[in-house]
Amino acid sequence: MTSNPAVPPSAMMTANFRPAPDTGPYPAPAPASAGHLAPVTTGAHHNLAILLFAVVVLVTLAITLWVGRRGQAAEDFYAGGRGFSPLQNGFALSGDYLSAASFLGVTGLIALYGYDGVLYSIGFLVAWLVVLMLVAELVRNSGRYTLADVLALRMRERPLRAAAGSASVVVTLLYLIAQMVGAGSLVTLLLGTSSGQAKTWAIVGVGALMIIYVTVGGMKATTWIQIVKAFVLIVGAVLLTVLVLIRFHGNLAELMRSAAQGSGHGQAYLEPGLKYGATATSRLDFFSLGLGLVLGTAGLPHILSRFYTVPTARAARRSTMWAIGMIGAFYLMAIVLGLGATALVGAKAVQAANPAGNTAVPLLALHLGGGAGSTAGVVLFALISAIAFATILAVVAGLTLAASAAFAHDLYARAWRRAARPEATEREELVVARAAAVVIGAVAIVLSLFAQQLNTAFLVGLAFAVAASANLPTLLYSLFWSRFTTRGAVWSVYGGLVPAVLLVIFSPVVSGAKTAIFPGVDFHWFPLENPGLVSIPLGFLAGWIGTLTSQEAADPDKYAELEVRSLTGAGAA
Amino acid sequence: MAQQERFDWWAAQPLGRTAVREAAKARQTAPTARPAVVPAQAAAPVPVAAAPAAPEPPVVDAAEVYRAVQASEAFQDIRRSYRGFVFPATGVFLGWYLLYLGAQAAAPELMRRQIAGPLNVAWLGGLLQFASTFVLTWLYARNARTKRDRAALGLRWDTQDQLR
Repeated sequence: MTSNPAVPPSAMMTANFRPAPDTGPYPAPAPASAGHLAPVTTGAHHNLAILLFAVVVLVTLAITLWVGRRGQAAEDFYAGGRGFSPLQNGFALSGDYLSAASFLGVTGLIALYGYDGVLYSIGFLVAWLVVLMLVAELVRNSGRYTLADVLALRMRERPLRAAAGSASVVVTLLYLIAQMVGAGSLVTLLLGTSSGQAKTWAIVGVGALMIIYVTVGGMKATTWIQIVKAFVLIVGAVLLTVLVLIRFHGNLAELMRSAAQGSGHGQAYLEPGLKYGATATSRLDFFSLGLGLVLGTAGLPHILSRFYTVPTARAARRSTMWAIGMIGAFYLMAIVLGLGATALVGAKAVQAANPAGNTAVPLLALHLGGGAGSTAGVVLFALISAIAFATILAVVAGLTLAASAAFAHDLYARAWRRAARPEATEREELVVARAAAVVIGAVAIVLSLFAQQLNTAFLVGLAFAVAASANLPTLLYSLFWSRFTTRGAVWSVYGGLVPAVLLVIFSPVVSGAKTAIFPGVDFHWFPLENPGLVSIPLGFLAGWIGTLTSQEAADPDKYAELEVRSLTGAGAA
Repeated sequence: MAQQERFDWWAAQPLGRTAVREAAKARQTAPTARPAVVPAQAAAPVPVAAAPAAPEPPVVDAAEVYRAVQASEAFQDIRRSYRGFVFPATGVFLGWYLLYLGAQAAAPELMRRQIAGPLNVAWLGGLLQFASTFVLTWLYARNARTKRDRAALGLRWDTQDQLR
């Protein structure tokens, strides 16, 4: 309640370069370690929550089996038959993008850090303008199934597919592990246990489900799951937002004032710097994160492959517009929900339930329904928890599919295939894709089990930074620069990928800070948590230098083909 | 043309068909000359009666076709209207976003200044980011719809016909 903004407690935590334990470069869907977890509620809530979780699993499995019955060509597996409407794909894009990190993480950050949490949502939204204007239509027109398809059109195929395919697998795997570690924490948290075993089973269960979705249903089933999930998520968000607004009689200024009071920081809650303002380094870190967020989205393989599920570039554009509308509306509601949680539940209670604030929305639902003892509160809590669970399931399915497509279509069938061997048949490629989904799912399960102590935020932040450093420069150069060469493309991918990974290894995330992965040792020399500020320019620079120094000149015929195809849609798949 | 049937959302499909046939004829008589690509709007929608009269050359050099289309005025118009909008717009929204982001790091005092009630410069900037994103989305879509879509589609069928 003090309105003295001088030294808020959370600002003290930022003194050692690390803004906060659990919410580094990306809002964490769940905190770093199981030890921090405390059951939100007990008893009846969880029975109902389990029941609704089971409903979510059954519905998604039913969709998968029903959709998976027919149409199992490559076009169906990778691109869902390309027959989705813009509205459907808009929902699916939102579904892929709004992970638990958004629904629980961003709202939690807003609940705890006020304005600094709002900044996340803005980065996530503005990123879509890059997708809309520079990427969506051109990628739809010139590619077939993956990002590397676009690049391979004008470059030597094998080195390029090897580079872009590997980068895609790395990005999606990092993202996947982050989501699954988060899923483990979240599911156990929402079910009211904090035992390590329950968490392990939750991760294995989620992993098994996602493998089934992808291998049985392919892109078609994954897309329908995204659509259903996005719809339910938005309905849930609207419901809670309306309830919050009714509580405050539609007076947003009153909501902001109550939230500032409930936060315990007073006016500082509504000002920048509560989380990222302590030192110049932490402010620079936030800039780096913001850069990674705004440029990373356009390089995320599971987002790019969504554009192949619609018939034309125009449909890709319209689906992106739908997605921007829904995602923008969602983040506006997330601000209201975050403020509402602080105003009604109070920052102390939110933080007590979960130090990263990830349960702010379920707690808000419980409160809005009438509190822990009331039936409405219990129902609302269980409902919101089930929506969060559906969110996780859908996102991991989308990620697995993107990773398996990059592996089978780019690496196995093209980059790694010896020139002497006959081309892989479609059937063979699909078998490999399904096998890859199983293997990638299994790898993700195992890594997630080992990574349970690892900061999930760091993994997703890294995924965004790698996507922005490795995938985006190559893609943009390829689409817009006529003199770009194969060497430039390959250098650009590795020149972004390697620094991004290295800088994270030598950042305070891994060593040298209290909350690091290896807190005991200190080999960090890079002061920032997020590598984007350095690695993204390096990716662009490497592509430029690689092109200038390359022996072969760019093939103007190939560029003509790419340009004509990408802008007109001639010969589009 | 099974592919064409999937794009029934657009009525302009048959446009430019005759222009292509004429271009194909021109190519036959003078193989070294680049096929003239006529803007889609210029072609009158005549029934397909002319089609069987113009047999395609047996082998089409795809690279040549793409180079010709790329050099055509119709394509350069599309390219100009796309880049002319997208490049400045990207500069504007990225610059505006980075300015806003940088202001938290460089000028926190400015961002704290109160405007009305609990609203300060930082919140206003954030809400304006939402607004500018929506506005730019709409502007981009309008630009694409009015300046590019029709011509791009005409050119698409043109190019595909030449490639067959």
